[in-house]
Amino acid sequence: MPVSERHSKLVYDALVAAGVEVVSALPETWLVHLIRLAEDDPGMILVRLAKEEEGVGVSAGAHLAGRRSAMLMQNHGLLQSVNGIVSLAQLYKLPLLMLVSDRGHLGEPDPWQTQGGKATRPILDALGIVTDELRDPATVQLQVARASTLAEASLSPVALLLTRDLMWEALA
Amino acid sequence: MKRADCLEAIYDELAGCAVVTIMGAVAVELYSLGHRPNFFYLEHAMGLASSMGLGIALSQPGRKVVVLDGDGSVLMNLGGLTTLARYAPPNLTHIVFDNHSLLSVGGFPTATATGSDLAGIARAAGIGKAATVTDLEAFRTAAVEAISTPELACLVAKVEAVGPTSFHMDLHLLENRFEFQRYLRPDAPDPQGAPP
Repeated sequence: MPVSERHSKLVYDALVAAGVEVVSALPETWLVHLIRLAEDDPGMILVRLAKEEEGVGVSAGAHLAGRRSAMLMQNHGLLQSVNGIVSLAQLYKLPLLMLVSDRGHLGEPDPWQTQGGKATRPILDALGIVTDELRDPATVQLQVARASTLAEASLSPVALLLTRDLMWEALA
Repeated sequence: MKRADCLEAIYDELAGCAVVTIMGAVAVELYSLGHRPNFFYLEHAMGLASSMGLGIALSQPGRKVVVLDGDGSVLMNLGGLTTLARYAPPNLTHIVFDNHSLLSVGGFPTATATGSDLAGIARAAGIGKAATVTDLEAFRTAAVEAISTPELACLVAKVEAVGPTSFHMDLHLLENRFEFQRYLRPDAPDPQGAPP
C-alpha cells in the first residue's frame, strides 16, 4: 500500500508531542497507519467510532475532563460531522483538532471521492474553521503544534488537511 | 411513570456524578430540582450526549458519569451504542427516558411508539446490562444499582409524554459549560464539601 508509513509516523508523533491523549477515528485508506500507531500506543486512548460525528462528542467530553484530543477522519467524515461541529464544538466553545484526509483533490483517481473533495474547503470556510494543509514533512510537527495551540486558545475547531503529497508515497 | 418523578428519585444519587443531559424536558426538569455544578445540559447536538459521556468516562476512569438521554436523541445516534459497548467504561451509566415521542417539538411519535425496543437494541449492540423499567420503584432500584455498580449499564425508562410548562432555564449554556469543566478538574473541591 503506497500510503506513507514514515509520514504517518511523523503526524502521529506530532500529535503526541502536542499533548494529545485521546484520538477518535474512523478508518479510511490514508489513515490506516495513523490508526495502527494509536492502537499500538498504550499511552493513547483510541476510540473507534461507528460514525464520525460521535467523535465531536468524545472530544467535547475529553476536553471538559481535562484531556487533549484529536479526530482522525476522511473529508466525508467531516461532512458527516457538521452538525456536531456547529451545535456542540462551536456553540459550546470547545477546542477540536481535526485531521482530515484530503480526498478528492488534485490527483484523485477514485471518482466517488471527487464530489466531497470539491466541497471540503468551501464547507470549512463557511463554518469559519481555521484550516491548514499538511504537505511538507519538514513542517508537520510545527503545524500540528500550532493547530493544537490555536484550538485550545480559541476554544474552536481547527482543521488540518492531510494532503496527497504528504500521505502518498509516490507522486502519481 | 413521569420523568420528573424519576429524576427526583435519583437526584441525591447524582450528587457525586458527572451528569450529562439532553436538551428540552430532561434538562429543565433536572434543573428545576436544583442546579448543581456537576450537571451539564447539552442544549443541542441531538444524539451526542452519550458520546460526550463516553469521552468523560474514558478520560477520567475514576469518576462516575451518568448520561440522561431520550428516545429521540438515542435514535439519532444508534451507532453510538455500539461504541459505548465496545469500550464499556465501567464508570458510565446510560439512562434513556423513552416517552415514545419528540415531546419538545410537537409530540410527534418516534419509532419506539411503533415497537422499536431501545434496551433490546442496546443489548444487541453489546451492552450486557440493558433493561427496560416501567414503574417508579423499579426505576429507582435499577438506576441506583446501575450508578453504584462498576459496569456499563443502559436503563430505558418508559415515561409519560408530559413535560414542564416552561423550558426556561436561568443558566446560559456557556456558563454551564465552564462551570462543569471547572467541576471536572481533578483538583477541584467537591461541591458537597468533601476535601479534594
